[in-house]
Amino acid sequence: MSARPYITCRELIAFIADYFEGGLTEIQALDFQRHLAVCDSCRAYLATYERAMRAGKETMRYDDAANEDAPEDLIRAVLASRQRS
Amino acid sequence: MSEATFDDATLVSGLRAGDDEAFETLVRLYMARLLRVARRFLKNEEDARDAVQDAFISAFRSIQNFEAGAKLSTWLHRIVVNSSLMKLRSKRRRPEEDIDELLPRFKADGHQVEDSVNWDLSAQEMVEQAERREIVRRAINQLPDTYRVVLLMRDIEEMSTEETAVALGITTAAVKVRLHRARQALRTLLDREFGR
Repeated sequence: MSARPYITCRELIAFIADYFEGGLTEIQALDFQRHLAVCDSCRAYLATYERAMRAGKETMRYDDAANEDAPEDLIRAVLASRQRS
Repeated sequence: MSEATFDDATLVSGLRAGDDEAFETLVRLYMARLLRVARRFLKNEEDARDAVQDAFISAFRSIQNFEAGAKLSTWLHRIVVNSSLMKLRSKRRRPEEDIDELLPRFKADGHQVEDSVNWDLSAQEMVEQAERREIVRRAINQLPDTYRVVLLMRDIEEMSTEETAVALGITTAAVKVRLHRARQALRTLLDREFGR
């Protein structure tokens, strides 16, 4: 049984970005998991933080998949500006 | 026109030789994609179109510097991100809003002031309907530019921390801090919409 005190919610939330990048040290990862095991609020925070990240990415993927036509007037303007330069 | 129809090496050699057809092919192939990227950074359509035009001109001028073996799509993507950032800098007038009110608050003992509660919707469910996607898009656009830009570059455009730092002229540590704050602020804005 570890005698180390539990980290606070503030500390856990400060670790989240490194947690997703796999950048936590072994001790930090252990402290992170110990806090999560006893804190409903931080588990919810972590889940919604990840969902917000993914929702942003997925929304833009939908836009990318829309396959909108390129505006012909802009294509012509770009080609004309090359002739001028 | 499909990007797969053309291989980068053939197109680049045509561009380097000053072949008009190669330039037109490049513009037609990549216009829609670059415009979508510019629109993410610039809220105004005219600015997004200007940024794309600047990006193509910059690409035409620097095609001799294109490294053999690199991907044309990645190279153009970086160029349009940079031209969008330049446009954004030239437009910035007012001081930015503070992001602090969108960050979690803590008691003196370090615990959250208000308990966080999970959302009913999965990330997939959040974006399946156009109406919900609009909420997500609006939330991203509500972030102060300093943070929105880092979120776009890292999480949406999938640029590395180092590339983002170089493009913005800030340290990698600053990129990490801004990204974490941007994601927290986005979480708060979406919590107001999707939280119970």
